[in-house]
Amino acid sequence: MSTALEAPDQPASSPPFQPISTARRLKNTSATVLVALAFLIACVPLVWILVEVVIRGAGAIFSADWWGRSQSGVNPEEYAGGVYHAIYGTIIQALLCGVIAVPIGILAAIYLVEYGRGRLAKTTSFMVDILSGVPSIVAALFIFALFVSILGAEQSAFMVSLALVLLMLPVVIRNTEEMLRLVPDRLRESAYALGIPKWKTILRIVLPTALSGTVTGVMLAFARVIGETAPVLVLVGYARAINYDPFEGNMASLPLLMFSEFSNPEPAGQFRIWGAALTLILIVMIFQLGASVISRFSAIQK
Amino acid sequence: MWASSRRGESVFRGLTTGSGVLVVASIALIGLFLLIQAIPSLLANQANFFTSTEFSTGDPDNLRFGILDLLVVTLKTSILALVIAMPIALGVALFLTQYAPKRVARPFAYVIDLLAAVPSIVYGLWGILVLAPVILPVNQWLVDNLGWFPLFSQGNLPVGVRGTIFTGGVILAVMILPIITAVAREVFAQTPRFHIEAAKALGATRWEVITMAVLPYGRSGYIAGSMLGLGRALGETIAILLVISASTGMQTLSLFDGGYTFASLIASAASEFSQPLPTGAYISAGLVLFVLTFVVNALARVVAGGKVNG
Repeated sequence: MSTALEAPDQPASSPPFQPISTARRLKNTSATVLVALAFLIACVPLVWILVEVVIRGAGAIFSADWWGRSQSGVNPEEYAGGVYHAIYGTIIQALLCGVIAVPIGILAAIYLVEYGRGRLAKTTSFMVDILSGVPSIVAALFIFALFVSILGAEQSAFMVSLALVLLMLPVVIRNTEEMLRLVPDRLRESAYALGIPKWKTILRIVLPTALSGTVTGVMLAFARVIGETAPVLVLVGYARAINYDPFEGNMASLPLLMFSEFSNPEPAGQFRIWGAALTLILIVMIFQLGASVISRFSAIQK
Repeated sequence: MWASSRRGESVFRGLTTGSGVLVVASIALIGLFLLIQAIPSLLANQANFFTSTEFSTGDPDNLRFGILDLLVVTLKTSILALVIAMPIALGVALFLTQYAPKRVARPFAYVIDLLAAVPSIVYGLWGILVLAPVILPVNQWLVDNLGWFPLFSQGNLPVGVRGTIFTGGVILAVMILPIITAVAREVFAQTPRFHIEAAKALGATRWEVITMAVLPYGRSGYIAGSMLGLGRALGETIAILLVISASTGMQTLSLFDGGYTFASLIASAASEFSQPLPTGAYISAGLVLFVLTFVVNALARVVAGGKVNG
């Protein structure tokens, strides 16, 4: 009472909203600057790599023979020949891997979402995580130990595909699993109510609903395995000419071509390395863009 | 009709369960067959496998190999990568979830994800031919001015050699950045709305919202993501093989040494896998790498505690 009389123009208690102190404001501003800076720093290597690869590789991929010839009969110092043998190898190894990994991956994802209960399901889910962390060189060594050392198989492109299966599986499983979990339960329940057995419900209702997302996941999985280098180093030899047979003999692939040209001291070697790097990035980008286009046009309606 | 339907059910159930079991079995088989192939060489090994720094497999009758140097180089590169990548990934994840407007957050996140799509051999190529010459003066400056500090002393490579562990660590940092960011972003985005709104109602600034609500909720996910990144860094092969120069000198504490990691040593010898005993030496190194990544990834999953999937 008395205070109000002593200073009638002042409020009796301090105002409920106080201006933010300078120290807090400063902290807030500097944090904003720092996180924005972190994002910019993260963008630097991506832009740098892409620009560098495009500038140094453009000359090669626009050269006349690049897409239609192999390195057969080309001397190390010649700016000649192309990489179609390596493109073929890269694609066929990935496709063979996909033929094995995609069905198993989708089935395993169906198991985890639709059937898996209890201990085995938990172990499987755990092992999918572990598998996604297995280094590619270890996958390659395992295939080498099992198929080449113990079973006596010859090193070939197919062995590479087998190693890639181990790397592709967890990506397919995780992506498919995520999509299957997005399928609303009412769809399943409607099917059961009509007396449709569970497996038919999954095949006819659940999978088609999740199809576009699954395809996206598979494309991303392809993008991941296509650039793998460690398995080709261990499991197949480099060939300068085209080899159509993935089950026999040496076969080139883009990473393997790049690696073997590294020991070429001639400038033409660098020319081919950067050209192959650009070609590889273009192929990966096609899969990436394809994946994002598919996912944009057909998302699950919630 | 009923019978065929029931058979269909059991066949389909069997197929899906079988695929799940196959995944579990593949991990067990990897461990088992690496071990089977490693044992004869480990028995023939004349040096101590854990404490020797040698790796000579030229003479099958006198195998001398140990993993100490490999372990030291692998840890030096991976930890350096983590030290660089963790703060940046934290900043990026916070920027994408808490700062960037919704409309641009998705394309920005896609840009960071693209970093993960660049093949590792391209990282190696860029690392040794483009980045290393740029980093070399930094290397030299650190050696000249902070050389008294063990991490920055002149390493076992001749002056002017570009492929140091330091360069390798920087490349690895770029490679694991998208992994850590993706996991951290996912967890930060899950922060309960009412936690954030409660902080705002107390008058918190944006940064205080982050320290009071977002970080406490997302800390475990961020750490789990970092461990996934560590697992990736431990096993990275081709980029490290191309970037870090071989060195015959002793490993020191210095970041400017050369040398081999587990993965890059195996890859460097891959073309000589013909005789079983020397090959087994490399397979035993691979086994150690497998166990390391297994432990790191399993820990990541435990730390995440169900907040992160993958």
